[in-house]
Parts: sequence; structure tokens; C-alpha cells
Amino acid sequence: MPAIVSLRNIVKRYTRGKQSVEVLHGLNLEIPQGEFLALMGPSGSGKTTLLNLIGGLDRPTSGEVDVAGERIDRLSGSALARWRARHVGFVFQFYNLMPMLSAERNIELPLLLTSLSSAERKRNVNAALEIVGLADRARHKPSELSGGQQQRVAIARALVADPTLLVCDEPTGDLDRATADEILGLLQTLNRQQQKTVIVVTHDQKAADFASRQLHVDKGALTDAASVS
Amino acid sequence: MKFLPLLWAGLWRKRTRTVFTLLSIVVAFVLFGMLQGVNAVFNNAVNAAAVDRLDVVSRVTFTEPLPYGYLSQIESIPGVAGVAYQSWFGTYYQDPKNFVFSFPLDPERFFPLFPELLLPKDELASLVHTRTGAVIGRDLAKKYGWKVGDRVPLHSVIWTQASNGSSDWQFDIVGIFDGPTNDASSFFFNYSYFDEARAFSKGKVGWYIVKVKNPKEAMQVAAAIDKHFANSPDETKTQTEKEFSQSFIKQQADINFIVTAILGAVFFTLLFLTGNTMMQSVRERVPELAVLKTLGFTDSAVVALVLAEALVLCLIAALIGLGIAALIFPAMKDYIGEAHLPANVLVSGAALAVLLALCTGLPPAWRTARLNIVDALAAR
Repeated sequence: MPAIVSLRNIVKRYTRGKQSVEVLHGLNLEIPQGEFLALMGPSGSGKTTLLNLIGGLDRPTSGEVDVAGERIDRLSGSALARWRARHVGFVFQFYNLMPMLSAERNIELPLLLTSLSSAERKRNVNAALEIVGLADRARHKPSELSGGQQQRVAIARALVADPTLLVCDEPTGDLDRATADEILGLLQTLNRQQQKTVIVVTHDQKAADFASRQLHVDKGALTDAASVS
Repeated sequence: MKFLPLLWAGLWRKRTRTVFTLLSIVVAFVLFGMLQGVNAVFNNAVNAAAVDRLDVVSRVTFTEPLPYGYLSQIESIPGVAGVAYQSWFGTYYQDPKNFVFSFPLDPERFFPLFPELLLPKDELASLVHTRTGAVIGRDLAKKYGWKVGDRVPLHSVIWTQASNGSSDWQFDIVGIFDGPTNDASSFFFNYSYFDEARAFSKGKVGWYIVKVKNPKEAMQVAAAIDKHFANSPDETKTQTEKEFSQSFIKQQADINFIVTAILGAVFFTLLFLTGNTMMQSVRERVPELAVLKTLGFTDSAVVALVLAEALVLCLIAALIGLGIAALIFPAMKDYIGEAHLPANVLVSGAALAVLLALCTGLPPAWRTARLNIVDALAAR
């Protein structure tokens, strides 16, 4: 499989006030298309920073970030925003849904940036709701849904624009085991049936076990790797 | 349109706060509509003044009368096409609340100078031939139900009659004229009746109205008139009709200044109130706005979203406020002679709402544009 993500000599340094902290030290990584990758590591190891670079939410201090055939470290702010809308679906630990919008309106958000008609948007939203098994909760607001259901809505929102890769930051960090397994099972299904490239950052070994490959990030470097068949 | 639910969700997130902010803007725009409406009515009256007419008053004050003898002297000044004269009669009908704008004048001199006042020829002739005759504006006739043939008593707060010392004057309505709004409530009667009957100041007139042959030479003619009467016991001050109207209105009150001062204070306060609300609203939604940017909304898209929220809030409130003002404005007709809120007030109100939205929406919009997604999502 060709690499959909290619990071070369990535250095990321943060400056807070007068202090400069290097979070990633010359990191190299290739992720093949259609892979389900788990990035593990302790807090502060740099795994979320790595995920943010892959998802185009942040830029490296130096190095090259090539994702979906684009050198995203070179893109302008607005070009990067448009690139994210086209290629990346995001899933967060705390779902990050709009509290005032219904599930279907939340899912529709990425489609507002496309030229799809209202009917086409509606069709895509319904399809995404079907995939995550929440067709009967379309009109519910986030506050009327359980944590697991909210995360399913978040996954539907990440999916609806048919992105190249799904980027998930601790997607089960706020869920109980059973619900977490459901969500991870859903991501695994999306990876296997729709060949979506899924990258998950997690602390949880059981969550990482759903991935086809696990990488450990420690003190800003990839320390070891394991493949799961 | 597709962004409307998102926009509405932002506004409706804290309903109580949005409603109270909306109400405060509504109140401000009701005030704007009423005050600016009154101001516009007076300004419209001033702007409607003819460019080819001059008003000659006493240099001391326009309440000081001028000698009747000036009439022929003014007529002889080059550039003058016609001269008429009037006085301020100062009357009410039955009750001091029922103020009537009444003026004694020479009909044969006055009406040719005011072609905008449409009085049938036979009614003009009746006025000339009826000593106690009077012609009234259409609005005044409607207001009191007066019609031709009615005998109307008016009480003057200035003028008494020499014969009996009474301030009550009797008039016979002989005509009704149409004309601009500001004239449609006027009451005109014969100067000869007024001058013969009054107890004092006989042989004097309140002011002269001069029609010039060429409007471009109005200022030269005005200067020539004042020069002619310089160093006389009754020096004159000649102004264009517009200047005269302005100074007459200012004599009552500097309405423009009062309106501007009040509205300035109101909108200055409103700017902070609405600005604070918008800022607070955006501050509370930093993670949500960061999510929008994560999903691919560009900086300019989120800026537009925040500005649109401010715009919708201000425009809805302005619309309601100006609507209420338009509904209650006709109640002031008796005092200002205008029944409808002038359209230019509605237009300037809408423009002010847009300006308010920009002033209050730009700081939070700018903050949103500068929002760093990673920091915002990490709640730093």
C-alpha cells in the first residue's frame, strides 16, 4: 500500500513565554493507506502533537509533512483549512459537538463547506447516521444523547464528507469499557469495510488492540512498533 | 441560507442574554426613530424652503416688527420680483393645547409668491373681499372639521383688539388650500383686518418676504436690502428662506443638537453593552469555534459567522424598534404636523444598525480569526 502519511525529520518546538520546549525530535513516520494505526504513549510524550501535525491542525517547526499527496506544512492558513475539510475527519475525546444543534445539524457541518444541495446534504447525513446506528436520533440534541451516542454522532460528522483519513484523539477516553469497545469496533469496521485510514491516539492498550499497528511515542520520538494481524 | 441554523444556534445559545440585549437595542431604536423622526420633520421643512425667496426681519430680533413703509422701498431694489409681508399672530382654538399657526397677510401679494400653495381663484377673491375672511390648510380643516362658511374664533396670546380689549378674534372661513405638509396646518387671514383692529403696533409688519428675479443673485439682493436700511432706526437682516426657517426653529430649541446629544449618549452606552455581550458570547464558544476551524472553516468564514450574528441581532432589533416608532409616530401629528415617520429615518436607522453590528462584532470576530485551534481545543 502507498503511504498516505509521510513525515520526515519532524521537529516541533513550542514557545511559552520565554521558554522553548521541543516536543518532537526529528521524527520520521510513514502510514500506508487503509491502515488502522494506534499511537500510544504517556501524557506529554508528543502523540497528540503528532496527530495534530498529521491532521493539519498544527505545523512543524521543521521537517516535511506529506499527507494525501500534499505538502501540508507549506500550505497557507486558508488552504490548510480547505485541505482539512476535504481530507480529514476528526474525532475528539469530549466529542466537541455543537450543543445547540441537533445530531443531524452537527453531522451536516462539514458539508456546509461543500457545494452540495440541501437534499444531497440531507442524504449524506442520513447515510452517516445509518452507518453509526443513530438514524432514530437525528433530531436529538447532544444533551439528549448518551456519551457513546454523542461519540457516534462525532464519528458520523467525521465521516460524512468522505475524508481520506480519520484522526481520533482519545476517542474512548470518556467512555465506559463496553461503549468504548462499541466505538472502536465501529472505527474498525469503517477501516475494514470502507478502507478508511484511521489514526487513533490512546492511552488504553485495549483500545490500541483494535488497531492493525501500534506505535509508541515517548519523549518526542517513536520508540517501538508492533503489528497486529 | 445554509449557515442560518448555525448562526441562529450561536445567537440562541444564551436565550435570556440575547433577549435582553435585543430589548435594549429595540428601546434605543424606538428612541432613535422618534427623536430622529422629529428632527427629520423639521429638517425637511427647512430643506423644502424655496431658493428664490428671502425673509427680511429686524436686525435686533425677528420678533421686532418692521415699518410698513419699507414695502415700497424693498420693491424698488434691483433684482426684487415681488414683496409680501406677514406677522406672527400666536393663537389657539378653544384650548391652549390647540395651537394654530396663524398669520395675517396681504393675500394679493402673498399667494403669487407661494405657487406651492394651491388656493382656488374664487376662494382667493373671497378672502380679498371678506374683511374677516380666512383660508386654511387642508390638514387644519380636517383636524377641526372646519369648512368654508364656518365662523371660527381664535384666541391670540399676543394681540388684543383696540375696540374692546379682547384677545378673541372672529374669522370666516372662505377657502381651503393644499400645499406642502408644513404649510397644510396654517391659517391665513387679511392683514388689513388685523392692522385696523389691533390695539398696538399699527403700521408695522412682522417680516417681509421677497421674491428675487434670479435665485443666483439672492445673496446680492439680500445684501442690497440690508445696505439700504443700514443706519436707519429699523435695520434689517435678510436671509434666505432656509436660513430663516432654521433660525426660527432654533428659537424654539436647537432640536438637532438635543437629538444628537441624546442619541449619542444612548448609542455610546449601547456600543459597550452589545459589544460586551458579543465578546462574552464568543469567549464562551471558543472550543466550538475551534471545532469549526478544525472541520475546515477558514478564518474569514468564522469571522463572517460572528459578524453575521451581530448583524442579525442588531438588524432584527432595529427593525422592531423602528417599527414601533413608526406605529407611535402618528400620535405626534398634532405637535409636529407630520403623520408618518420619514423614510430617510428608516434608512439611516438601518445604516446605524449595520454600523453598530460592525463596531460590536469586529473585536470578537478578530479574536476568532486569531484563534489557535490547538490551544483552543486544549482550553489553554
